[in-house]
Amino acid sequence: MSKLALKVTEIEALSPLVKRFRFEDPAGAPLPVFSGGAHITVEMPDGDTIRRNSYSLISDPHDGSGYEIAVRREDRGRGGSRYMHTRVNEGDAITVSSPANLFQLDLRARKHVLIAGGIGITPFLSQLRQLGIAQKPYELHYAARSRDEAAGLRLLPDAAHIHVHISDEGARMDLGAILDGQPLGTHVYTCGPEGLISAVADQAARLGWPKTAVHSEAFTAPPPGEPFEVVVKSSGRTVQVKADQSLLEALEAAQVEIDYSCRGGACGRCRTHVIACDGRILHNDHWLSEAERAEQKTIMPCMSRFKGARLELDL
Amino acid sequence: MTMQFNDETFRGDYTFRNSAAAIRRFPFPFDRDGYMYSVNIEQHPGGPAGSPFEFAFDVDEHYVAEMKDREITLADDPMRCQSLPHMELAGWDLLELIMVSKARDYPELFKLNRDGNAWHWINRPLGIDKTFTFLDPTTLPCGPMEYITRQAQGDFALLHEREGNLWLDAGMVTSQADWSLDFDVGMNFFEWHAPVPKARKMGVFDKALKFLLAVTQEQSYRRLNWTMTVNPRLDTSPENYHKWGPEKRSITPANVGAKQFLRVELQTFWRLPRSNALAFPIRCYLCNLEDIATQPKWGRRLHRVLRDIDPDLAEYKGFAVNHEVIVDYLAQFDDGAETSPGIFPD
Ligand code: FES
Repeated sequence: MSKLALKVTEIEALSPLVKRFRFEDPAGAPLPVFSGGAHITVEMPDGDTIRRNSYSLISDPHDGSGYEIAVRREDRGRGGSRYMHTRVNEGDAITVSSPANLFQLDLRARKHVLIAGGIGITPFLSQLRQLGIAQKPYELHYAARSRDEAAGLRLLPDAAHIHVHISDEGARMDLGAILDGQPLGTHVYTCGPEGLISAVADQAARLGWPKTAVHSEAFTAPPPGEPFEVVVKSSGRTVQVKADQSLLEALEAAQVEIDYSCRGGACGRCRTHVIACDGRILHNDHWLSEAERAEQKTIMPCMSRFKGARLELDL
Repeated sequence: MTMQFNDETFRGDYTFRNSAAAIRRFPFPFDRDGYMYSVNIEQHPGGPAGSPFEFAFDVDEHYVAEMKDREITLADDPMRCQSLPHMELAGWDLLELIMVSKARDYPELFKLNRDGNAWHWINRPLGIDKTFTFLDPTTLPCGPMEYITRQAQGDFALLHEREGNLWLDAGMVTSQADWSLDFDVGMNFFEWHAPVPKARKMGVFDKALKFLLAVTQEQSYRRLNWTMTVNPRLDTSPENYHKWGPEKRSITPANVGAKQFLRVELQTFWRLPRSNALAFPIRCYLCNLEDIATQPKWGRRLHRVLRDIDPDLAEYKGFAVNHEVIVDYLAQFDDGAETSPGIFPD
């Protein structure tokens, strides 16, 4: 996977919990442009491991002068967001992947309805710009608990088709009202907590929307958990996975060759065959079906963990 | 490097020819003495200097003549170029990719000056000097995909990704090996590959689709495909079968070396940045058996490959009627000696 060696040129607190970061090429060379909804993977070297988290790009997709992301500090996370908040400074070198997109707009849509919950606003920030450039009709609904939590507010244009719902102020989002009466050929996109995504999907189904017009991205960083170990078939080696490491990160640290893209359980690239499983796989991905999870014959190492006596992977 | 462009035709009197240099750089598709349908994928661009793999979009001595042939085909049948409305952005992506690549790789032939969205494009071989506004279709005489693919050899398919599949939603197709954009536009990956024998059963397409969906904008790929064509004809479309199908019957032991062409498709795969669509250029190279046999390794190998080929594949690739004549002709070049691995001539 080819990498981009960039420089941190701006850090700004958008809210008490969310910071915006801007990266540029150190020599000012243009970066590859991208499509609305794309993400990059950021490398965070920490002692002997490299942690990698994927973040949606929030800057203008047609602007190659820099990439911007917004990171919410998750104190119960694996440490990636904390690293970004406490260890990264303006002027630092930072390595990121080229952009990839798992949450693209369906440009066939007559109209786009974007629904964001909390930090789930991030992929929409680049999509809004793409829709603006293309002059496509859209509306955005942004729900957050409080104004303090609504970090995206500062990055949103003040426009009639952008609606902010702050639940502390009693302005809860009414999905029925949002989706009902949209013109035929409208597509809806949701990013945020699982609950919001399923609520939108249910509402759309009740209103008879075709499934193909309902899109979502449940993008999460890998959760921490209890340490565990896995056996790698090709070498017979045992690899230890620390509490604050993902299985993918542990395998990488042990120089085991494994493919990835999103590192968030959404792209399917890291899918790995399980040879022996004496215990329970803690599936945290959005890729495997219920049946596949139950079988315990495959695991997505970027997100999932294990609890039990022995897990052997076909790597 | 100054390139000479051939004055030649791909229909009627068929004056197409390969120079000695063009023969040596022909993308011979067989890296061993046998053939199996497989997903033989490599990174692209990248390859020996002078080979058709060196640059993103190869320009060779046939460039100008191929573009003239495309013009004739399009004048006859404008439906060979189609783009569903949501693919316009992908068209701009493709235009940018090709212009930037050609200007970088062939500075004597092409020039691109960009000042924001004000672009100035010079295509010397075709005598084009054009200023336009990037992303503004009113500043071009036609859509961006059509504009740039009238200046780029090979067919082009633009695939839209949705529902975990790829949809053929735009294309410029005038040199296809017997498939039709007009029949296939709007189809998904499995629908337009349906006719390939055995491949579906082998799971080849599931793997290929998975691979394509994972192509990112940082890395492009290529593979070679091949078939056989009688006469150096680019437009072997189903719509025009009545024009070229009967020519298959004109093959005799005396003329097979000159009239029977190995047709190689250099297929490349690109993730386009702004649209997230996939571009699938399919570049066609033609070389007759006589010219192939000037490279002893290729003569030997082609004989072995075609002699041992699965009859279903010969049928699918459309040369079953002439199979025997072809193999008999090639036998004279096969002295039984070993061949070196890889596709390049010795
Ligand atoms: S890397 Fe994308 S699912 Fe694991």
